[in-house]
Amino acid sequence: MGRWGPLRLLAIAAAGALLLAGCTSERYWGGTNVAEEGKAKVGLVTKTDTNPYFVQLREAARKQAAEQDVEFSALAGRFDGDNAGQVTAIENLVQQGATTILITPNSSTGVLSAIEQARNKGIMVLALDTATEPEEAVDGTIATDNVEAGRKQGQYIKAALGETDPQVLLLNGTPGSSVDTQRRQGFLEGIGLKAGDSQILGEDSANGDQNMAQESAENLLQRASDVNAVYTMNEPTARGANAALRPRGLDPLVGSIDGGCQGVGDVQKGDVDATVMQFPAKMARLGVDAAVEHARSGKKISGFENTGSVVITDNPVPGVPSQNTEWGMRNCWGDS
Amino acid sequence: MTTNTADNSKKYTRAQLGEYILRTPAVGPALALLAAILIFSLTTDTFLELDNLSLVVAQSLVIGTIALGQTLIILTAGIDLSCASIAVLATLVMADLAVGGMPGWVALLLGIALTSAIAALNGALITAIRLPPFIVTLGMFTIVTAVARIYSDGQSIPTTDGVLRWLSTQRYLFGGIPVTNGMTIALIMVLGLAYALAKTAWGKHVYAVGNDPEAARLSGISVRRTLLSVYIVAGVIYGIAAWQALGRVPNADPNAYQIGNLDAITAVVLGGTSLFGGRGSVLGTMIGALIVATLRSGLTQAGIDDLYQDVATGTLVIAAVALDRLSRRKQ
Amino acid sequence: MSEQNGTILRARGLVKRYGSVTAMDGADFDLYPGEVLAVVGDNGAGKSTLIKTLSGAVLPDAGEVWLDGKRVRFHGPLDARKAGIETVYQDLALAPAQDIATNLFLGRERRNPGISGFLFRKLDSKRMRAEAQRVFDELGIGITSIQQRVETLSGGQRQGVAVARAAAFGTKVVIMDEPTAALGVAESAKVLELIGRIRDRGLPVVLISHNMPHVFEIADRIHVHRLGRRVAVAAPAEHSMNQVVGLLTGALVMGEDGAITEAQHAVTAGLDQ
Repeated sequence: MGRWGPLRLLAIAAAGALLLAGCTSERYWGGTNVAEEGKAKVGLVTKTDTNPYFVQLREAARKQAAEQDVEFSALAGRFDGDNAGQVTAIENLVQQGATTILITPNSSTGVLSAIEQARNKGIMVLALDTATEPEEAVDGTIATDNVEAGRKQGQYIKAALGETDPQVLLLNGTPGSSVDTQRRQGFLEGIGLKAGDSQILGEDSANGDQNMAQESAENLLQRASDVNAVYTMNEPTARGANAALRPRGLDPLVGSIDGGCQGVGDVQKGDVDATVMQFPAKMARLGVDAAVEHARSGKKISGFENTGSVVITDNPVPGVPSQNTEWGMRNCWGDS
Repeated sequence: MTTNTADNSKKYTRAQLGEYILRTPAVGPALALLAAILIFSLTTDTFLELDNLSLVVAQSLVIGTIALGQTLIILTAGIDLSCASIAVLATLVMADLAVGGMPGWVALLLGIALTSAIAALNGALITAIRLPPFIVTLGMFTIVTAVARIYSDGQSIPTTDGVLRWLSTQRYLFGGIPVTNGMTIALIMVLGLAYALAKTAWGKHVYAVGNDPEAARLSGISVRRTLLSVYIVAGVIYGIAAWQALGRVPNADPNAYQIGNLDAITAVVLGGTSLFGGRGSVLGTMIGALIVATLRSGLTQAGIDDLYQDVATGTLVIAAVALDRLSRRKQ
Repeated sequence: MSEQNGTILRARGLVKRYGSVTAMDGADFDLYPGEVLAVVGDNGAGKSTLIKTLSGAVLPDAGEVWLDGKRVRFHGPLDARKAGIETVYQDLALAPAQDIATNLFLGRERRNPGISGFLFRKLDSKRMRAEAQRVFDELGIGITSIQQRVETLSGGQRQGVAVARAAAFGTKVVIMDEPTAALGVAESAKVLELIGRIRDRGLPVVLISHNMPHVFEIADRIHVHRLGRRVAVAAPAEHSMNQVVGLLTGALVMGEDGAITEAQHAVTAGLDQ
């Protein structure tokens, strides 16, 4: 074999591959690969693979897909905010021939053009858990009304404090994310405060991460320790807040949002006073069902489908409907 | 070599083949890429379409471009943990300046100037104070990531500017394959860098410095100047990577490409460049980036979830480094 | 000028201190055209400091160096190289992953004439390969291909590449630091042959070596270094190996007239810093 041997091999292989590509492309050129007539092919794109909430959502969707006997594959961004990862996932699902894409969009504007391209090919795109901005970028949205969930946490804390003037710390999520903005806005509405009010002793972004939340809470408490209520954007944030509060002997009212089984357990133990449960399994089920219906009849769902939220607490307060933790344990992140 | 028996010549050929692969480090990755393409073409109906192949290339452009800069630095036995974060900061600055009414090409050039300046600062710290590249760029990664969040206030900045989006807005058909300006630019960059590395004294010096800096110094090469130039060139490349990123997603986001630093290293390693410096090629790096995108695309077409895709990528990285080590132990 | 006495490289009264340690203590040095001068000395005698001073890697605290009759002061290996002194370091200073031709021209690459060289900085690889091949042919160094990577070569062949580089670019002096230390018998013989050929081309060679048989085989004169200075200059033709070993351990001393006598305190041997 001469000096150019391996290169020649490479060239031949490359030519072969191109030839092969040419052949198959004729079969498929220009069109989407629609799966078997009337049969749904569902792709799910979550924000990450690491958050237990999305794992729950994914597993529920997988189970529902198996029950309905439709093809299913799950993809995700690799970290919160991985727009490029979600774009890649959408493109690959389109190529795979998905009929419906269920997505929990990371940054609402980042993935819009990829979604638009998918919709242009006749694929139904539904936003799960998180709405896009504008909402019309997808065919429909199946999600918790996050303003409402935040408002419920605020109302509970307000009622539990009774006559006492609130002294609140806010532990927010990822700055700029719509979920964070909506929950915070709802909470302030529910408790009856405005941004900048003196009753808000401090706030910080913890990105929904337990360790960051602990650090944020520690730093905020360093500045102001006479708090009587803490807003947390999700349950890991609440756990982080507790890790900062307990060693200091502080026991303010802690409210949270999510309703994961661990979160309900925290309420049961008394670490968290109330959490607002949402129902990702329901989102997944409705999403897969819509995909099946779409494949069968071509009907697309539209608008916003609120999967609801429920306050979970063992210390119910008047005026705020709630369920106890026993109910919560049965239904955590479930399908109510 | 007077008795050239059949056995002897066979051995010679095999040695020559090994030698060829060592001298041309892109051959191994190229064969791996072709193997992956072949496997996915046979196992899925949808992978081997010209549209999809074009898509795979588009998906690998941003990390691939960042990895080109990373390649230069790794060739000098350095490493850049700040590469992707520098590019992300540039996307924010470019998009922001364009939103503020600046012509797109001015915003683009300022963004490239910024990435070059940050990378030059890395290089200056490494050469002037002789700090290890790992530490300098780790620190720079932390700083630049924070600066990006401060600059953007944690918000993403969408852009509609024609120049900033130019790399993906137009598509041409080249032999039936849809080609974007981004792909053309990437190809030009790979060819230009390959030329500079193989055909100029600068390239020889980059390899020599990575191979053995003391030997390079004693041979009369200014190690510091060579290193500094490598970091600056890498900085320019990061600026172009930022442009590619805006082409891909026209929305600059401070949270984007959080693990792009590591993704770039993955592409470099899969491309056959040695982390120990002195060996490797930019062509291999582009192929490395293509391998990652091909796996992602192909495994998705095959209906395999992405956590398993990551398992596959990680396995390949370890295999590539092991091959590098073994091939050198044989010497 | 009158002090030159026809030397090509000459030093007088070199001193170098590292803190409290005196590595060179008034060392002298003379190298004449067309000779192979061996520099021998026990470990720690300061011969490597002497060599580094001559090759520009060390700046002496005191003393003077003349090259070809002109006073020189080297501020780095590059200065010495520019002046025509080439050094073959013990670790050879080669880039193992690069091919032979690249290594030969490392740091001194030739660019293409015209636009491609000026504007596109394109190297004239063809010419560099041809020149490298010519140097190797002239020196009789056998290699399969000029495009072989250095790491695929044997120890002796690598030494050959480093020596060839020095021979190709050295115009005044070639200094070699322990060129045979890591080599087997056959390869050592080849390198010694090579040294002889370089001398025959008219380039004087300074050879630092521990190996007395090698020194006696190739050197014209022997510079004996002890306790930071030159204590004797011997010649293989006039002195025995035992005498040279005696001189460098201090058991023997050489008088002004060149006569060798037994030292009065032979026990001082081995007390070098």
